[in-house]
Amino acid sequence: MFKKFTKEDVHSRSNIKSSVQRGLKTKFVSQFEKLEPVIDDIIPKKSQAILIKCEDRIQLYSIDEEVVLFQHFDDLIPTLKVVHKYPDCFPRVQVDRGAIKFVLSGANIMCPGLTSAGAKLPEENLPVDTYVTVYAEGKENALAIGKLLMSTDDIKSINKNIGVELVHYLGDGLWNLTE
Amino acid sequence: MSEILPKEVFYCGVCTFPPEYCEFGLSFKRCKQWLQENNEALFDSIYSDEALANATSTLSVEKQAKISKELEKKQAKEEAKLERELQMKLASKVIIKRIERNKRKHVIEISGLEVFNIDMKKLAKTFASKFATGASVTKNAEKKDEIVVQGDVSDEAKAYIEKLLEEKGLNEVQVVQEDDKKGKKKAALAAAAAALSATGGVPPPAQKTR
Ligand SMILES: [Zn+2]
Repeated sequence: MFKKFTKEDVHSRSNIKSSVQRGLKTKFVSQFEKLEPVIDDIIPKKSQAILIKCEDRIQLYSIDEEVVLFQHFDDLIPTLKVVHKYPDCFPRVQVDRGAIKFVLSGANIMCPGLTSAGAKLPEENLPVDTYVTVYAEGKENALAIGKLLMSTDDIKSINKNIGVELVHYLGDGLWNLTE
Repeated sequence: MSEILPKEVFYCGVCTFPPEYCEFGLSFKRCKQWLQENNEALFDSIYSDEALANATSTLSVEKQAKISKELEKKQAKEEAKLERELQMKLASKVIIKRIERNKRKHVIEISGLEVFNIDMKKLAKTFASKFATGASVTKNAEKKDEIVVQGDVSDEAKAYIEKLLEEKGLNEVQVVQEDDKKGKKKAALAAAAAALSATGGVPPPAQKTR
């Protein structure tokens, strides 16, 4: 989504109303329930969120000059910087070492990269369309965020085709965006 | 519920990734050096012999070797590219041309900035507010962007650009000031034409106005 994203894709910036900001927080927590105890640290009560409207109807929200989450269609998705700060608040999958370079070039993740010996999927099933944070064998921090195109049970049993559509990764246009 | 504190992640000052991923970037050598100088503990945890020995991978030795070889090749290519770019930057110069619009009005045209990765739109805005004047980015005859600033601010612009270049470690780059006097040029042309009609002969060689 942000592979070719640059500053040129930014159309406008505006302060959002405090009521809208409250709504945004509620919606974000409803998508990622574990964010509840930390949402006021990510978007403090007295802060002013800025809405950055971009090409392709992508909307970014920044606090103190750092983008913390973005919206695509109706989904709210955290940026990797936020995932790095609060890693336990989001569902996670892990790819094997061989898949790292493909992920860092923005490729979608094939099922075998998620089911091999170095990879990890959660035991309980995650349904299709869940946003997951992507980790890697032997690494501590997340390297990407993606959307499940199959449930994790299906990824395990079918084990072919694309399992995760890549949304945001280290080094993409959003990661490199400086305010 | 107990409070969850944000985890502090230390990022690489060269490639911006968490340093554990530097090996997959294009500036691995510089990243490694930077980390050693800026965070030795983290450097040791990633690159010490012990850490490398413990970093088990489920990949076969051959596959592992193939990945590292490909990465090395890519990184060497990138280093060469950076070196070429640096040489190009050092060899080019910035030209600030002062143009006389009429007796009291001047504009300055700044060209040659494109190789330095300077955001020209932003710089034009900075000039506009710094010098309380108009400034814009336009394409010149060679289809390259240049900044046009209203007013005789050539010296101030030069000082500012030199400071910018210095911040990028490019103090060797020359910033050249030029004068383009419309009036003088016109006068020279008129004189040449007069001489031509008076003698009816060959025009004298064109005079350089700068
Ligand atoms: Zn690095």
